[in-house]
Amino acid sequence: MSRSDAVWSEQGTTPDAIEAALRRLLIEVHAENESFVPARVLNMIAFVDREWTGEIANRLRGVGRYHASRLVVLAYEPGRERLDARVMIAADDEPAPGELALLRETVVVELGDRHLDDLLTIADPLVVTDLPTLLWSPHGHHEIVTELLALSQAILLDSVDEPAASDALDRACELSEDLYVVDLAWLRTTPWRERLAASFDPPALRRELQTITGVTIRHHPASTVAAMLLAGWMASRLGWEASPLLAEGEALIGEAHAGRSSVARQDVALRLEAAPELQIRGLEGLTLNTASGRELQLGRGPGGLRARTRNPRGEERTWTIPGASRGETGVLGEGIRQALLRDPTYVPALRAARAMIS
Amino acid sequence: MAVHTDLPAGEEEIENPLTAGLERLPVAPTTLVIFGATGDLARRKLLPALYNLAHDGALPERFNLVGVSRKEKEHDDYRAECEEAIRRFSRRTPDPDVLAGLLEHVKYVPGTFDEDAAYSQLRSVLDEFEREAGETLNRAFYLSTAPGFFPVIVEQLGASELASHEGGEVRVIIEKPFGTTLAEARELNRKVLAIFDEAQVFRIDHYLGKETVQNMMAFRFANGMFEPLWNRNYIDSVQITAAEDLGIGSRADYYDSSGALRDLIQNHMLQLLCHVAMEPPVSFTAEEVRNEKVKVLQAIPQPSPAEIPEMSVRAQYGPGHAGGDDVPGYLQEEGVPEGSTTETYAALRLHVDNWRWAGVPFYLRTGKRLARKITEIAVTLKPVPHLAFSQQGSLGVQPNQLVLTLQPNEGVSLRLGAKIPGTRMIIRPVNMEFQYGTAFLSQSPEAYERLITDAMRGDATLFTRNDEVEAQWRICDPIVKYWMPTHPQEPGPLPSYEAGSQGPAEADGLLREDDRWRAI
Repeated sequence: MSRSDAVWSEQGTTPDAIEAALRRLLIEVHAENESFVPARVLNMIAFVDREWTGEIANRLRGVGRYHASRLVVLAYEPGRERLDARVMIAADDEPAPGELALLRETVVVELGDRHLDDLLTIADPLVVTDLPTLLWSPHGHHEIVTELLALSQAILLDSVDEPAASDALDRACELSEDLYVVDLAWLRTTPWRERLAASFDPPALRRELQTITGVTIRHHPASTVAAMLLAGWMASRLGWEASPLLAEGEALIGEAHAGRSSVARQDVALRLEAAPELQIRGLEGLTLNTASGRELQLGRGPGGLRARTRNPRGEERTWTIPGASRGETGVLGEGIRQALLRDPTYVPALRAARAMIS
Repeated sequence: MAVHTDLPAGEEEIENPLTAGLERLPVAPTTLVIFGATGDLARRKLLPALYNLAHDGALPERFNLVGVSRKEKEHDDYRAECEEAIRRFSRRTPDPDVLAGLLEHVKYVPGTFDEDAAYSQLRSVLDEFEREAGETLNRAFYLSTAPGFFPVIVEQLGASELASHEGGEVRVIIEKPFGTTLAEARELNRKVLAIFDEAQVFRIDHYLGKETVQNMMAFRFANGMFEPLWNRNYIDSVQITAAEDLGIGSRADYYDSSGALRDLIQNHMLQLLCHVAMEPPVSFTAEEVRNEKVKVLQAIPQPSPAEIPEMSVRAQYGPGHAGGDDVPGYLQEEGVPEGSTTETYAALRLHVDNWRWAGVPFYLRTGKRLARKITEIAVTLKPVPHLAFSQQGSLGVQPNQLVLTLQPNEGVSLRLGAKIPGTRMIIRPVNMEFQYGTAFLSQSPEAYERLITDAMRGDATLFTRNDEVEAQWRICDPIVKYWMPTHPQEPGPLPSYEAGSQGPAEADGLLREDDRWRAI
């Protein structure tokens, strides 16, 4: 932020004092220039390890305009006895004449083990009433943050952070029972889902979705969950029943069955392959085949997705579908924005992906 | 041989199950042809919009661009011009790979718009793109030229059999102004609809692509608290203002032949009026929304020559002060013809004669070089029927006023009466304000990004229909004619107002006795 002149801090403080400081700072900043107005969009509570607070701040700095309007960072330090806090109110820019400049509030509370039992009473006074609250716990601490779920309407997680895919999907399934889950692993599949939808959008091709015979998804070695969510999405949207995936070397393979009683049954071969050459988390490419002999390949390329199709007559075409990479900060920013939306296809995809784990 | 992607005869269309939940719906593979490809609009708005769509991955799976313009140049020269325009005017710094990918699919066709050879060459380029793609591509023709060329291009597209395309959709996007009189608008509609079906025609009013205008429908129809008050029983008057603090800049050529009434009131401001006054549509489909807007326009009586002096005011800015500087008057601006009588300010009092709005005046005003830039709609409610505090010095009581601001800060403000702290019951007006910018994380997309995407998808909700354009002209045409110096009923001297002021004093004459213009 280019302006960060409203700052308050106190050692050995209380939530009430922090909340009072927030109100006072807002009045001061507004009095200085009435064009400064507080944004009122979203509360975000980030529960982080104190030693990594800087790294989290760097990640959030990159999200730009998708920054939550009030960010409450609960920085946990084992052994800490005292509650310390800093409050910063800042705008991205000086207001142009006749225009507004939005203020965002950041509260950093440093706390220790003895505060964990009363975490809710610390965080509750610090969020803006009536705004949705997004909870993020990037360093784990699942049990500690459970208490904060009562304060939240959405939770931000990255299923690829969990060492085991089954744990990741279990946790996401469990959380989705109570609140809206924004899963960064799911958001990494968005461009692929958009392109698959577009590829089969011409009315003459839509029926071929019922005749898919094989799907191969290549992914970053640590992003198996993203590949499973994409496969789960296809299964849930196309009515496939998938059997559990089995390991075959570096790949997971399995089968799904498309078609209900009135339609001919179609077997679908599923293959999720690790792509060690991919440097960033997410998906590297996918190949999809249909019974007519049509093949669609999508892969990452400079300036967009590289597409290759082969039609039933064996004619091949390749081209690039333009689109800039969002990068990890772009994905995180999108995750924060998604807290205000609702994607009805995530949970069915998640459950279908969960069913693929033996 | 291109592959057709429409359904074989007799086969029923099924839903695409993969589009559920996606924020960006698929756009069919398309080649966009811009006529007037080297013009200001193309450079400043259309090309940057196309780049930003490409950056966001929002262009169709297959997208090609063809520029058509008079000057001879090679494809590579035109690509270089596109790149320069995108780098200069895009709202974000271009990603080199995305930009290169977009430019790879750009071609140029030189030729005058009435020249058969240009259309033959255009057809060859379009066919070549399809051969490369191996499939039939939709075609969208964007007419970004001087209005005089619209009928010429449309007729040439028809004559060269480019108005339809087996297996693909063909659409034509027509920039404003759509005619400069009612007769011209009707004639242009006649010519366009002789070649294209109405469903193929997308008449641009870029105001409709702005989030702020779309938000008006959300404000009215997604909030139950306003609708019960939204009628003649509770609303006293409506003021719609589109004020500019700037002069005409380098647009003398265009502006002097247009004037404030045709530049803003005939299109944008009547659209705003429609959004305020329309009935809730049955659904938010293009036809339903436009049906309701047309009903509003049809309910506004066409002014007779005798009524025009009573319900309209025009004026021209003279020298004055703006932003702390002396500024010239309209007649001193570069390129303005000596003695021009073009109005730079126009104000109207209109009535919507239907059950909901009978008797409620709608005041519209627009002008250049006014005190500041603002676009707003102010809805003034009727005063309370009985004021219990009137004997206790509550002279500050004013009717409630709801103000929807579209520019520069989109927001809603409600003027309420509140008690001044103290021992006596003294009331003064206070404002309850909401600024849209404070409540959303996302940035509004540029209007042209939305409109180009909608046109390629065939969604006409934000475009003006033929009967809508003609209904707008039906209201403004008599006034345009009356203000012409050649009109048999001499319109009288042209009032002037000081640059940087609130506008001409004559505008007060439009108001009912108790009404006041809001301060600009």
